[in-house]
Amino acid sequence: MTAATRAQVAPPPGAARLLAGAGDPPTLDRHLAVFGRVDTRLDAIRLAEEAGLRGRGGAGFPTALKLRAVAGRRGRPAVVANGAEGEPASKKDVSLLRVAPHLVIDGAILAANTLGAARIVLALSRPLPQVEHAVRERRHPALEIRYVPDRFVAGEETALVRALAGHEPKPTLKPPYPFERGLDNRPTLVQNVETLAHLALVARFGAPWFGDGTCLVTLAGGFKRPGVHEVPLGAPLADVIARAGGLSKRSSAFLVGGYFGRWFSAREASSLTLTPELLGAGAIVALPDSTCAFAECARVVGYLADESAGQCGPCVHGLAAIADALRESGRRDRRPDVRRWTAMVEGRGACRHPDGAARFALSALEVFGDEFDRHAGHHGCGRPCERVLPLTARR
Amino acid sequence: MKRPRLTLVVDPIACEGHGLCSELFPERITLDDWGYPIVDGTPIPEALERHARRAAADCPRCALKLVRGR
Repeated sequence: MTAATRAQVAPPPGAARLLAGAGDPPTLDRHLAVFGRVDTRLDAIRLAEEAGLRGRGGAGFPTALKLRAVAGRRGRPAVVANGAEGEPASKKDVSLLRVAPHLVIDGAILAANTLGAARIVLALSRPLPQVEHAVRERRHPALEIRYVPDRFVAGEETALVRALAGHEPKPTLKPPYPFERGLDNRPTLVQNVETLAHLALVARFGAPWFGDGTCLVTLAGGFKRPGVHEVPLGAPLADVIARAGGLSKRSSAFLVGGYFGRWFSAREASSLTLTPELLGAGAIVALPDSTCAFAECARVVGYLADESAGQCGPCVHGLAAIADALRESGRRDRRPDVRRWTAMVEGRGACRHPDGAARFALSALEVFGDEFDRHAGHHGCGRPCERVLPLTARR
Repeated sequence: MKRPRLTLVVDPIACEGHGLCSELFPERITLDDWGYPIVDGTPIPEALERHARRAAADCPRCALKLVRGR
């Protein structure tokens, strides 16, 4: 029996797959009407492998490999659906959980059945009534919601596992990885909620239908229709801009992949295609020309420095130093310092937080190079910091 | 059969930047601009093993470890 004959409902026709049910309250009845039933006894490892599914939490790790790593361990595993979306530029996981909580739950149950998991935990950083309602509707004995602090690093796998154990959300040294020792010391699958929702669609409609897949992106800044959109993977950035109704303000630089991502000039951006490597967790910002790029970037690096878990010296001191140097770059040329320190912090934390922040800062240097030249020896650009790059107030 | 060579690994969470390691083993450990060790992770030749052991053993935070074959 093929996947196509298994499904009683036609697959969503357009690019909106995960979000096909948007607009109505996401009840179980509505979910079944839009997507049909799913056979949760199917082999999640095989499905993920056939579809070439890769994680949508930022790292883009092949889902089948992750599942297999957990399956290969001794002891009953746990499954954690990671809905702790700490990055302020990203809203896609929360949007998905609001629009299609049952799809996420389907994927988590598929993975749990394949692994013989004892627990399924939906990890959220804030209460979402839609998810709470969906969990009640499912009456699944192993399924529970747990809340973790809304912090940038809380979504990092080891930090998440620690938060679920009731500790502060701080990364731990790896190994051991969660697949070795995670929740209750069980082999633990930590999987982004969007990845699980895709898995639930692959189980229904098959890998050939899945194709290259879609991904959720969060658009901010100078787009006419900012917010969360679902786009085909491999689409040109230009298509995504068009889907968002075009630009509302002249923007000469684009941030792709959120705060662990990279800057692109408008010219580079015009020929860019959206690969999982570039997209990270899917946040894209169009930076309007009216705002001061240095101040915007320094603000983000300063935020990332504050959001450091505070455990590793190079991250604590290095990110603060890089943020200061960027802040001054509108007045004098601090490029050598930024270069020195971004190289210095790379790979020197327990997690990839310093690497991500350094990558962001270094790519700002490359893309805003002309501005650095123009400003060196002068006194600022005179443009205000419009705070286009979104940050979350620290609680 | 030759045993795999030793390498040095630092636990960045445990490390508090005392800097003793770079004094004891400057051949492989330098300090960054904030006083935290930058460890050369390449295999340690036998002639230097004694220095490496000393550096690892004397870390006040037990943050420096010698591991075999990585």
